[in-house]
Amino acid sequence: MLENSFNQLVEEIRNQLKPDEQFTLTLDSEQSQFTRFNHAKVRQTGSVNDGNLQLVLMHNQRSSYREFPFTGDFENDRRTAIQAIASLREEVAQLPENPYLVLPAGNNTSREVHTGQLLNPEAVVSALLPVVTDLDFTGIYAAGSVIRAYADSVGQKHWFATDSYSLDYSLFTPDGQAVKGTLAGSDWDSEAYQARIEESRSQLSRMAQPPKSIQRGQYRTYLAPAALAELASMLSWGGISESSHQQGGSCFSAMRRGEKKLSPKFTLKENFKSGLVPRFNELGEIAPLELSLIESGELINMLTSSRTAKEYGLEANGASEGEGLRSPEILPGDLDHDRILQALDTGLYLSNLHYLNWSDRPTGRITGMTRYACFWVENGEIVAPIENLRFDDSLYQFWGENLIALTNFQEFVPEVGTYGHRNLGGVHVPGMLVENFTYTL
Amino acid sequence: MISELSHFLNVIDVPADWVGLRATKEAATTRSVRDGIPETNGSSLTQGVMVEVLVKGQIGYAATNLITLEGIQAAAQKAYRQAIAASEWNIHSTPISARPKVVGQYVSPLMKPFDALSPGEINDILIKITRELKVSDQIVQTSATALTTETETWFVSTNGSEVYQHFFRIGTDYSATAQEGAIVQRRSNNGWLASCYQGGLEYFITPDLWARVQQVGTQAIELLTAEDCPNETTTLVLAPDQMLLQIHESVGHPLELDRILGDERNYAGGSFVKLQDFGNLVYGSPLMNITFDPTVSGEFASYSFDDTGAPASREYLIKEGVLQRGVGSLESQARTGVKGVACARASSWNRPPIDRMANLNLEPGDQSFEEIIAGIDRGIYMESNRSWSIDDQRHKFQFSCEYAKRIENGKLTKTLRNPNYRSITPQFWSGLIAVGDRSTWQMYGTPMCGKGEPNQAITVGHGSPIAVFANIEVFGGGA
Repeated sequence: MLENSFNQLVEEIRNQLKPDEQFTLTLDSEQSQFTRFNHAKVRQTGSVNDGNLQLVLMHNQRSSYREFPFTGDFENDRRTAIQAIASLREEVAQLPENPYLVLPAGNNTSREVHTGQLLNPEAVVSALLPVVTDLDFTGIYAAGSVIRAYADSVGQKHWFATDSYSLDYSLFTPDGQAVKGTLAGSDWDSEAYQARIEESRSQLSRMAQPPKSIQRGQYRTYLAPAALAELASMLSWGGISESSHQQGGSCFSAMRRGEKKLSPKFTLKENFKSGLVPRFNELGEIAPLELSLIESGELINMLTSSRTAKEYGLEANGASEGEGLRSPEILPGDLDHDRILQALDTGLYLSNLHYLNWSDRPTGRITGMTRYACFWVENGEIVAPIENLRFDDSLYQFWGENLIALTNFQEFVPEVGTYGHRNLGGVHVPGMLVENFTYTL
Repeated sequence: MISELSHFLNVIDVPADWVGLRATKEAATTRSVRDGIPETNGSSLTQGVMVEVLVKGQIGYAATNLITLEGIQAAAQKAYRQAIAASEWNIHSTPISARPKVVGQYVSPLMKPFDALSPGEINDILIKITRELKVSDQIVQTSATALTTETETWFVSTNGSEVYQHFFRIGTDYSATAQEGAIVQRRSNNGWLASCYQGGLEYFITPDLWARVQQVGTQAIELLTAEDCPNETTTLVLAPDQMLLQIHESVGHPLELDRILGDERNYAGGSFVKLQDFGNLVYGSPLMNITFDPTVSGEFASYSFDDTGAPASREYLIKEGVLQRGVGSLESQARTGVKGVACARASSWNRPPIDRMANLNLEPGDQSFEEIIAGIDRGIYMESNRSWSIDDQRHKFQFSCEYAKRIENGKLTKTLRNPNYRSITPQFWSGLIAVGDRSTWQMYGTPMCGKGEPNQAITVGHGSPIAVFANIEVFGGGA
């Protein structure tokens, strides 16, 4: 029904258009349930029906946009769209020319609909909480349908709809140590949920000992996949963007200048094969199924949008306007799961990281905190959990000469963000073992 | 809209103990220019209604952008079913007193309306800013942005509340990036999007605009040849545009009662502050006076009522260094027995209210800028945040600034680049040894304070004088 309403609206906008005008229309829509937990009780519970359209009008090398609600009520949405077109026409005529404006082109179309088996909203609490009544369980369950769609004046059209859920939780010991777990998919599986909780319960038992205080310094360190995912996410913040490089902001400019390389063990790519996120961008362009970014330590590509390509005379590679990672993958190495502690020998085992930021982006330096199940390890044996530590290190070190090994398995770390709307997808990453990871406080 | 919402409230059929309807309509405009070329122009409209239903001590919510009787009725029934399903697993039985009856309104001060300049005129000014920022060929990128937001909220409830609030908000930003080989330095106007206020275009075309633009461009170039910030433990003087972040991260967030209660532990974390600390914890030196103050005219997060209808007032959170009360809503106050403030806020119609900072300010002391600098033999003065990180208990932090000066023998001397500092919250605030007077007090804000599950980005305001901290570890850039 929403698809019909969207299609009707697209036709209406096409009919309203004058011959020398162009448009793109993108849709974000969701029907979501959010239930928030604390101490294995319900803190907040509710639902959100939301939809948002962005209409960009392009004329005479100028453009502007209007965002307005998509309610699914065609007459209502049609009225808003017509007002938006009139308002855009008036505004666009006043704006300065943009020589780098990219008009929609091509004939891409796609339609993907993934239906799932989600819990009935009223059954969520009784399905989740009885399993954790003896635990200090906190977190959020989010579920429902998410739609991303696109249409434009040259006839391109994409529709991506998916049912999905995510459970993002933490279990705490009485003195505040914690383990984290996530579960995500399209079909709720109560056995998988119970198994994941049992696994977390087992990890939590390791946290019972008093935490060990670690002095600042450099330590051999194992970063589990969730921790590596946090580091990888920084690359979307002006890291792997061609535009950022051109404007002096990228951490990889030193590689572009030929001054630095990463370890031959390190390979990063965009990989859309899992189909968890749409491949189309704000111009209806389809990203390649795979795009190599860093291969065996060498910079192969930066994410290049069509606008950036036009501005700097380059070739676009399907990147979105923001030139951030949409479906990243770091390739695995050869370290067996069972050999992680033995290979670490003596040092720190980090399950997760927290509140990362660039401390010096041009040199690739990132700071952040350890979080959740993090341990001091001696002679291949876990000795004790640690007190939180701050790290500050350069990716040219931990993905460069200090990278000892990557695990031979990857984990999928789902994207559970909900700013504005529920995010989709996630990152496929292995764990990694590094030498001399730098801790500062 | 109040009468429409009241009509919905009278007609919808749910057997609840209390029902509240909060409608929000927000129109936001973004205009940005990079290197003299328009990058973004446009505006967004979002509107919808949050229905909250209280039954058996449990609130259920449902938010919809379909503002019709059918849409609201469907939302109310969903909210009711959610509340019933959760009521046996309730973390705390919410009393109706957490949603008091209140009637009133608020309108932001506004001198120069947003439509006093056309979109074309605003673009012309932004283009001129980017051109003026390019004071040298070593400036490789310039940008300028103006954001305006007009928000109206209406709140009605079955116990008689009727609140209307109308906010005009503006945020501006401009910056220049300078490069010489591998050295890249960026200087902005007080840190990224820190110039955020309630009001109109009077905060865009300010009397000092063009002088400040020239200064930002010149300082970006100056940083290229400046010395790196040294690694040492010293006296640190922070400008108000960095105190914005310092207050926010190391005072505001740790005092939120919902964090202390554990609601936030899975996302942004908890707090080193415990419930028993209120009334007696020595948080900082006696010079530390922090107020929660949504009454400051023009500050970014001013209001008369929070999103549950609680009337807002100025309150001391920390007085003469001692912790007085928490950033906790009526709901959190009922859960903890700790005094709080009117701070239950939601980012929009599609999110439920949670404990939030509004304006959180460091109150001024009695020394001028010149007097403070003159009293320091050796130290470092830093301006404008560029990087921030703090642990999940709001304890160990590391912040970076854009621009710094050495202080030697009572004078500001050499410019320093890549200034960073790190410390631990209680130690840091205990080292507060001087606070600037009202002449040094400036207010800033940000629209991007993130918190909550589901996530919410909200507006906050922070005002501060310059402040001096003893024995702080500072360091420079480089790998």
